[in-house]
Order: sequence, then structure tokens, then C-alpha cells
Amino acid sequence: MMRIIEAGMRAMVQDFGRFGYLSKGLTRGGPMDEHAFLWANRLLSNSFNAAQIEITLGGLEVEFDSDCQCAVTGADVELTLDDETLQNWQNFKVRAGQRLKVSYASAGVRAYLAVQGGFQVKPKWGSCATVTRDAVGGLHGDGAPLKAGDEVAFNKEQDYQVSRRVGWKYRPNYEKTPVIGLIPGFQYDAFPSSAQEAFCYEDYEVTKDSDRMGIRLSGKALEYDGEGLVSEGVNVGSVQVPANGQPIIMMHDRQTLGGYPKLGTINPFDLGRLAQCQPSQTVRFTRIEGKVAQQQLRRFYQFFNVRLTCQAGHNLRS
Amino acid sequence: MNKESDFPKLVSAGADALIVYLGEGISVSVNQRVLAAVRAVEQKLSDVVLDLVPSYNSLMVYYDVLNIDEPEMRERLKNALQDLTSDDRNQTGKRHRIPVYYDKSVGPDLSRIAETNNCSVEDVIKAHTKQTYRVYAMGFAPGFAYLGEVSENIRTPRLENPRKKITAGSVAIAESQTAVYPSASPGGWNIIGRTSTQLYDPSSGTISPLNVGDEVEFYAVDKQEFIDEGGDTETLS
Repeated sequence: MMRIIEAGMRAMVQDFGRFGYLSKGLTRGGPMDEHAFLWANRLLSNSFNAAQIEITLGGLEVEFDSDCQCAVTGADVELTLDDETLQNWQNFKVRAGQRLKVSYASAGVRAYLAVQGGFQVKPKWGSCATVTRDAVGGLHGDGAPLKAGDEVAFNKEQDYQVSRRVGWKYRPNYEKTPVIGLIPGFQYDAFPSSAQEAFCYEDYEVTKDSDRMGIRLSGKALEYDGEGLVSEGVNVGSVQVPANGQPIIMMHDRQTLGGYPKLGTINPFDLGRLAQCQPSQTVRFTRIEGKVAQQQLRRFYQFFNVRLTCQAGHNLRS
Repeated sequence: MNKESDFPKLVSAGADALIVYLGEGISVSVNQRVLAAVRAVEQKLSDVVLDLVPSYNSLMVYYDVLNIDEPEMRERLKNALQDLTSDDRNQTGKRHRIPVYYDKSVGPDLSRIAETNNCSVEDVIKAHTKQTYRVYAMGFAPGFAYLGEVSENIRTPRLENPRKKITAGSVAIAESQTAVYPSASPGGWNIIGRTSTQLYDPSSGTISPLNVGDEVEFYAVDKQEFIDEGGDTETLS
């Protein structure tokens, strides 16, 4: 078991997300940065879906009551296990009674703490992903983030793991200005070409109002002169343009339907990078063909052994 | 304006989804086509479809990129949606009756709606309860059902300044739409009353009793009945 000593800014249980309930209005949840999340599980030979702790901005302190192996990936944080300094993006051993401290992030926003075998949290509707807005998932099943005193169980029987680290070329530099792919779609053709061009050639800044629902941008306002929209499905990564013209990238806790026009959807491969942008960090966008993005996503899923279950409309009338 | 022959129209919704438009605007016939499309996709593409989100005139189809690519998905969707049969269009959903306590204490916009429409509060309640509404879409929040259409006599635009917190069970109107807020949330719709019926219960097995295509009727109850059914009488302003 792992006890939370300090929860920091915000820490919550996430698995890969809740699939199959969008038609009832229940959003997906899951890690904001899938790339970092999947690496943490891979470092420990876990299933892609094994539950981890998503640490927003840092400040987490935990104590373990049994020996285990862990890994921390994502945001640039300093790790200390009792008095020893550890590197992130690699697995490490923890002995019973030791305390792990995660500092505040110097770059990036979200760090992931994984344990071998995954944290054992009771799933609700197929997932233990914490979605505070929907009051579902997490340690107590009610969508609440972790707080001091919480105890998170994990499998005590650990396999021997060789020491592993993620190679430098796979570790993003969160300080660099990211170039994020846009797959044109939805109402793209109804936007004037000035708006289509502006989004892909101007710099945008991530604002402090960004959260797990959406990354809000500020920059050149995008005009829309198409017809008003009847509410329709919104994907993770959809680029919504509200009346003020400042785009919002819909993230994992997005609402499932929305009535604002959308330029398209962000390349899922780049979305994690966007989730790591701190407020006032600059981002740039570039058009990418859906076909190319899809090939990248397929390779990404194959590399991390991601397997999603086809549920069609199975839950539509449940 | 698009022609009917332009539909179904398939548009990219990202690397793992396509959105299918079955028509334009809000109408029962278009929404029935959406449901017919849901059934067709369930029957013919269940091996590759991850999730479906029907709305007023569109259907989002999330698919498994490990099993199928976009060109093939478009092809299979086109074939599946080729002939949506009229049998499907006539199928109706379940009927639900929802009790509502219409009162100023829990429905702070009730009097304003009456005033702007030159009628009495009783007329507003009568107009809201006499209609049978269709569930056109579900979303925004878990269990939130978009119901239409509200009688022209009581249609009211959204508030200019949305409320920061609306009590769960609040019954609301926005233009031609009406809805129940299943959980406490911010919101800009006009609140006219409150129901004791739970439309999102995370502790239960089902997320919501409502589905797209179902029919909903509201009926008025008095304060005592509302309280007896477990209604929350906390005043909303």
C-alpha cells in the first residue's frame, strides 16, 4: 500500500480511460499525456492500462509500506527517495517504509507515478480514471482527487525487473516550443481561409485557465462566418472556436457534445506534448494529413501494446 | 444549404473518428435517421467500432485504428448507411414521466418567463407539461438529455450571465429545448422547477434511464409530494 503524505497541487488516479459511455454523456478521462503514461507502464512491464497517479505540477509526497518498483515519467520534477536523488524516466526500487518526494515541475505540467503491477483501484464503468466533473472514478469512486491520508493499494508480489530507462531521443524537451499537428475536419471548410491560415501560421499562447477539460489558447482571433451549429460529438483534441475566436483544444475530461464550430482535431500523437505546456508557453500548429496521423497513432499503440475493446453502441441502451 | 442527396455526409473527426451527418437542423425525421444509422452501424461494423455518439443530426463513430484505416472505414460506413429502411425510422423509444415541483423557490426564472410571454405562471406550467418531448441527444454532462421541442409560448433565450451553480434536478428551458440538470453544475438555462427523479446516479449500475429517441413528459407535483419523493427544497436564486 502507498500512503499519501502530501497530495501537492493535484494528484489523481488514472488508467487509460473509460470507453463506451460517451453516448450517455460520460467522458473518457485518462492521462492527459498518454506518451508519458504509457512509458511509465512500459518501464515496469505493466499492461498499458495499469492505473497510475497523474501528478499535476508536483508537490506529492508518499510513503510505501512494502517493497516495490516504481517509475516516474512526464514533467521535469526532482525525485527524492528518503535522502537519495533519483532520475525520472527510469524504474527504481523502493523498500518498505521509504518516502518518495516529487518536487514542483521546472518544465512540463504532468508527471506520472507508476508501480509495478499497477495501483489496485476499484473500477467504475470499466475504468478507475478519475473524472471530478462527472463525480466518477478515483480511489473512492466519487471523482475526488487524492488527499493526504489516502491509501492506495498495489500488488505486493513484484517480479524482478532489470533496471531500465527511456532513451534520450524518446524524452521530450518540454521547454521547447512544440509544433502540434492539426487534422482538418468537422467545420474546417466553413472557416474563412484567413482563419485556417492564422491557426497554422501564428503563435498561440497557452493560458492559465487550461485544465483537464480543455487547453485554452490566446492569440489571433479566428473568425467563423458559417451557419450556427446544432450540438454534435466532440473528440479528444477537437479545436473548438467559441464566439471570441480564441481556440480551445478539448482534452480528456471534455464534454461529449458541443455546439461551437471546430477547425479539426489535433494529432493524438502530439496531444500529450500540448498537455505539458505551462501557462504562457508558446505553441505552433501545422496541418497534417489524417492518413499520416493515423499511421503514427497505429505505430504508437502497437509499440505500447494498447488494445482497445470494440463496444459499438453496446452501452447505448443500457 | 445542402440537398438531401448530400447525406449521409462523412467528415473527419480526428485520427480515430468520423462524424456522419444525416441531415440539417433539428427535426424528428432527421433524428430518426440518426438512430437508424446507429442500428445499421451496430449490426454491420461492430467488429471495428469503439463508441458511438448520436446527436440531433449527426453520429460520431469512434473506430479501432489497429483494425481498420480511414479509407476502408469510410467505405464500410457508406455501405452500411446506404439504405436506412423506413422500419427503422418508425421505431419509438421508451416513455418516461418525470414529476416536477414548479415553484419560484426552486425555479427562479418562472415569473420572468411568464412576464416576458404575457401569461401567468400557471400558463407556463401548463405549456411545459402538455408537450411530449423527444430525447434528441445526450451529452454535455452524464445523463443530460436535450429534449425538444418546447411550446412557442414559453421559449426563452439563455441567460446572459450563466449561474455558477445550479442544484441537481433543476428543470430548465433554453429556446426550443428543455432539460433536467442531472448533477449540480454551472449553467445558463432558465430554471422553472425541480424534480426528485435522479437522472445521473454514479452509485447505481445504469448511468441514466434516458436514451436518444425516448419520450419524456413532465407533470406537476406539490411541495409535499416533492418532499415525500426525496426532493431537495433548497432555494435557488
